[in-house]
Amino acid sequence: MSSDWPGVRLHVVTGKGGTGKSTVAAALALALAAQGKDVLLCEVEGRQGIARMFDVDPLPYAERRIATGLVSNGAPAGVVHALHIDAESALMEYLSMYYRLGRAGRALDRFGVIEFATTIAPGVRDVLLTGKVYEAVQRNSRNKGAIDYDAVVLDAPPTGRITPFLNVSDELAGLAKVGPIKNQADTMMTLFRSPRTAVHFVTVLEEMPVQETADGIAHLHEAGLPVGGVVVNQVRPRDLRVKDLAAARKGGLDRGAIRSDLEVAGVEVTDGLVDGLLDQARDHAIRRALEDAQRTLVKGMGVPSYELPRLSAGIDLGSLYELAAALRDQGMA
Amino acid sequence: MTRTHPRVGPLVARTAAAPLDVDALLDDPGTGIIVCCGSGGVGKTTTSAALALRAAERGRKVVVLTIDPARRLAQSMGIEALDNTPRPVAGLVGAADHGGSLDAMMLDMKRTFDEVVEAQASPEKARQILENPFYVALSSSFAGTQEYMAMEKLGQLQRDAQAAGTYDLIVVDTPPSRSALDFLDAPERLSSFLDGRFVRLLLAPARGPARIMTAGLGLVTGALSKILGGQFITDLQTFVAALDTVFGGFRARAQQTYALLQAPGTAFLVVAAPEADALREAAYFVERLAEDRMPLAGLVVNRASPPPQGELSADEAMAAATRLRRDGASATAPLTAGLLRLHADRQRMVEREAALRERFAAAHPSVATAVVPALAGDVHDLAGLRVVGELLADQPS
Repeated sequence: MSSDWPGVRLHVVTGKGGTGKSTVAAALALALAAQGKDVLLCEVEGRQGIARMFDVDPLPYAERRIATGLVSNGAPAGVVHALHIDAESALMEYLSMYYRLGRAGRALDRFGVIEFATTIAPGVRDVLLTGKVYEAVQRNSRNKGAIDYDAVVLDAPPTGRITPFLNVSDELAGLAKVGPIKNQADTMMTLFRSPRTAVHFVTVLEEMPVQETADGIAHLHEAGLPVGGVVVNQVRPRDLRVKDLAAARKGGLDRGAIRSDLEVAGVEVTDGLVDGLLDQARDHAIRRALEDAQRTLVKGMGVPSYELPRLSAGIDLGSLYELAAALRDQGMA
Repeated sequence: MTRTHPRVGPLVARTAAAPLDVDALLDDPGTGIIVCCGSGGVGKTTTSAALALRAAERGRKVVVLTIDPARRLAQSMGIEALDNTPRPVAGLVGAADHGGSLDAMMLDMKRTFDEVVEAQASPEKARQILENPFYVALSSSFAGTQEYMAMEKLGQLQRDAQAAGTYDLIVVDTPPSRSALDFLDAPERLSSFLDGRFVRLLLAPARGPARIMTAGLGLVTGALSKILGGQFITDLQTFVAALDTVFGGFRARAQQTYALLQAPGTAFLVVAAPEADALREAAYFVERLAEDRMPLAGLVVNRASPPPQGELSADEAMAAATRLRRDGASATAPLTAGLLRLHADRQRMVEREAALRERFAAAHPSVATAVVPALAGDVHDLAGLRVVGELLADQPS
């Protein structure tokens, strides 16, 4: 099956808090790392979520090999590398890569400028983080011996912050009007605005996250940034048929028939059990109706969408591969 | 709706957490401030609004400060207009009989910041600050500004309430911080920025011709100009010099708000969802609050899967569903098999969530906990908030 995003080198994954964007970013990295491809998974929010998901030691500011990609059609899998980007290290690396500051470089640190620039000077922090991501996608000759990745997946800040985060040159405008940082930001924007970048949204089928996704897509369009797909995460099991759902919602399921079915299945039937099953059916049917309404909204957004199941046992490394396979089967990777 | 009894079994029996008595907290006249904190997406806003509504309907004079409510919820509370002022909420039930009332407001971060500057500086100075590109960026996008402004607004509300007797309970929702640190450290971070070595150095030449720029600073500003452009340093210097006049005010207020949070009338509620990440963040919050000697009232776990009725285990239900698919001849067999699989799914969720909560309780046994079952629908009106309030208060003792 071919991918919906063949020309994309940088996959940015965003989403509202609690929707599972880090999980989806990790699964996407595994799915992309099929057929010998090298993929880099980056995080920028200092949470060490990648280390926890892949059950490895906290990541340093260096590219580490963390997992083998999804095996696809018997072809040898590629490798997923991970990188934890923090603004201080990115700034120091940037300075040493582009400037021979020598004594001034050390003075910057001594005078608290690095801390100042990375925590308070707004926009600069984002430029440093996205700058490193840019460098990973667009390797240059200054970074000797670095791996040329086939794809980079960024576990990005949440939906509400994604447009200012990527729209670095606008954020810097007014602060740094000229100079190398400004030029650097402009070069980065060329990549972020190009078809080699796709910004994917993760949502669950609830009102607020879907609304935020729609708003986020609109903001990206306004900023001229490329919208990718929508990944609908934590989709409930769909074990009931449509007509049964309608009946369940109205409390119209045939209690006697269910009771005798349970007896056929060898279950010790109590009134409590039947009540419980009917209650669950009603709750489930109400939720499903809400989900369907939200799904319609997602479909109406005009971008490809993908669905991942809610895993009742929680997320572990094995389930990341399951989700990766689901993304690949649906054409996201 | 019939409420089921908590499951009795090895997992549940060991859970040590005491139930959180929400009504006792709301009814205690000594409770003046309730702060709901927690990671993003766990239902903090809904919890804050539900607590505020319940307190008002039980006779408290309440104001709730929300950060980013869902559109329909904001509409139903009459606060979709972002004007940074508390507005009365209509449609309360029985509040008037008990002398209760509810006002609500949505935080406008930039406006709150502007108001602080305007209150602290002369009109001329204020204008200078408000127009500076650094201020514009700082007041709208600095990570931590929102947290700091929520605390600033809380301080304002509390001073007004004390002066005019308008409110006797303030409920505060907090921004979805990337980490607990953002929220507790925001006042500290802002004042340490203002006290920072670099900022003081930038100010030095502005303070008097007698001060000689050190060679080190010359190097630093030289390097910065080279990378960022000369205008950057000029703007920054103007900004810092202008802000210098309001430094004292900022720092004093940050410290006041911090002290207010530590006072006995404040109660922190840590809000979480029964997910590993959210509970890990919650544990971190609990530890930070203890370290900073902030009064913690308890933990609220939202969106818990309600335990299914009946004694059927997940494995038994799955086995029965398989048998039914194989042997069941009736028209309803697929339906019943589906119901059994739903039951198994629910049962597994309940067991996993109980294990997660138990792990939390083992590490933090003294934290009283309220578990709120997930609702079938979204909450977007007062009736929905009332249901959440009832569920919050209705903890098995």
